[in-house]
Amino acid sequence: MPACLGTTFRTGGGTEMQVSASWNRRLAIVAAAYLVVMAGSLADLSGPAAAQQSPTSSERIWTSLKGDVFGDRPILADTGLVRIEAPKRAQDAAVVPVDVYIDPAKAPDGVKSVTMIIDVNPSPVAATFQIGKEAGVTHLSTRVRVDDYSYLRAIAETQGGELHMSQTFVKASGGCSAPAVKNTDEALASMGRMKLRQFAPAAGETAGNAPELQLMIRHPNNSGLQRDPLTQYFIPAHFIQNFSISQGDRLILAMEGGISISEDPNFRFDFAPGAGSEIRVEATDTEGKVFRDQWPLEAAGL
Amino acid sequence: MRTDLFRRRLVTGFACIGAGAAMPCCLPHQALAANHQNFALSEIADGVFAFRGKNELMTPGNEGAICNLGLVVGDEAAAVIDSGGSLVQARAFIAAISEVTPKPVRFLINTHMHPDHIFGNAAFRDIGATVIGHKNLPRALEARGAFYLRNYRSQLGEALMEGIEIVPPAQLVADRAEFDLGGRVLHLRAWKAAHTDNDLTVYDAATGTLFTGDLVFMEHLPTLDGSLLGWIRQMDALAAIDAQRVVPGHGPIAADWPEALEAQRRYFEVLAGDIRQAITEGRPLAETVKTAGRSEASNWALFDEYNERNATAAYAELEWE
Ligand SMILES: [Zn+2]
Repeated sequence: MPACLGTTFRTGGGTEMQVSASWNRRLAIVAAAYLVVMAGSLADLSGPAAAQQSPTSSERIWTSLKGDVFGDRPILADTGLVRIEAPKRAQDAAVVPVDVYIDPAKAPDGVKSVTMIIDVNPSPVAATFQIGKEAGVTHLSTRVRVDDYSYLRAIAETQGGELHMSQTFVKASGGCSAPAVKNTDEALASMGRMKLRQFAPAAGETAGNAPELQLMIRHPNNSGLQRDPLTQYFIPAHFIQNFSISQGDRLILAMEGGISISEDPNFRFDFAPGAGSEIRVEATDTEGKVFRDQWPLEAAGL
Repeated sequence: MRTDLFRRRLVTGFACIGAGAAMPCCLPHQALAANHQNFALSEIADGVFAFRGKNELMTPGNEGAICNLGLVVGDEAAAVIDSGGSLVQARAFIAAISEVTPKPVRFLINTHMHPDHIFGNAAFRDIGATVIGHKNLPRALEARGAFYLRNYRSQLGEALMEGIEIVPPAQLVADRAEFDLGGRVLHLRAWKAAHTDNDLTVYDAATGTLFTGDLVFMEHLPTLDGSLLGWIRQMDALAAIDAQRVVPGHGPIAADWPEALEAQRRYFEVLAGDIRQAITEGRPLAETVKTAGRSEASNWALFDEYNERNATAAYAELEWE
């Protein structure tokens, strides 16, 4: 494991944007911290239990890594400002749906970013989402890989700089569903293809009642924790490390992420549409490939 | 090989005395079988044997013996189709083989990556068998092997996991290949992504017996770990194979062909139909998987264990249509 983590968090090509480079450094720090914690938990656990994580061991990993992600800033728990939901048991370890809700009433100035953490994963910081000012994002769904029993956490940062956390415990999937790419040939063949779905506001007086966007990016989002069967070299991690989605010059949502996001990264969120302009997406992967696309804002229902 | 460790018994009532004794070949093949505790090998066609797995999850109680396994005996050598879900099961299999043939097991053919089919690999490697698999099998095992070994520790227990290794194939099949057992040729065929992205079928031309691995499920709910669309798309080509009988990966060990495909074809249609409708209506994955395919519940064993997982994988795939 340690040997391959080095390649997982290597920086990509020299053409990367500055933000990506700093993100990679941050991931590297978190990964290093995680290794220390893992070594610790392996050392102080023995016997059959060592194989499986628990709420206690997940919490211990979190305690050790949170300083590397958030420094010594206080993190307020269960204030209701942010709420994370996931199935109690992961059905498919490679595709675990996660929903994050922000309560606008509790964050009158808005939320600047949401960081998603999966304590026990090799790359615990799944993603950080930056929310555009007045973008109106109050609900965000994505899909993640969950390697073992783990807390999933959402930490929201308000415009004022407060950190609020919500967490939910997910049991790993039973049986043979592994957090790996199912159809690697297909994933590589159609890599970079993007799809944007637009949903009109739900009928009736539902909370929020805003239109939604769903961004889908074809990509293996590969962990790199595997060897090439012919060369025996570790295949470098290959994943979407960031994307931004905007309307005109207005940022709606941006992400910096890693291998804990499922293959074919998929994000659905509500938003407050502005007038006119089309929706533009730009995404970059660890090989420095840039994927761009744009779609007209659908008038119908928006 | 310490065959003396295993109690030897024949269902025909013949006693087999003495370790390593070769079995008489004059027994009518339907009656020839070998038992080791819960390991029963039945001869389903001339020189073709199968073990029937239980329709259960892998547990300490069933020793991981949940999928069907096969043995084909030629004039010179034998081939085994899948090694079982634990070394305990694989060793019982090897003991049972020695009761029905003295021929060496020259090949172990892995039909795909799943633990119930490959956890016994090391036992066959250790008796000199060459492991054969789909060209994608090494890659799939690299990506999953460590997870399987860790994840199944809690499910099967330490005792059964003892010594289990991920043994990748030494010989790969990219499209089609033939393996001669002496007067008997096995035809191997590699498929595009379906149940997994490394599915391999084995056809014994001498008897028209087709081992499908998990490309065919009967009774036990099919599990999706590759591509639903690929599976549906290739089912006609699978059905076109001129087989007398089929040994599915799970279910009865000798079934009519291609009728054996009907139940899973219907399940896939229902599942895909439900999910396509949800996607069109904009219903999210988390909500959809709770109901999709539900009308099939009473037709399958292990429906509750696997249906939501299948729906999750299918939703993520069908969303790209
Ligand atoms: Zn299988």
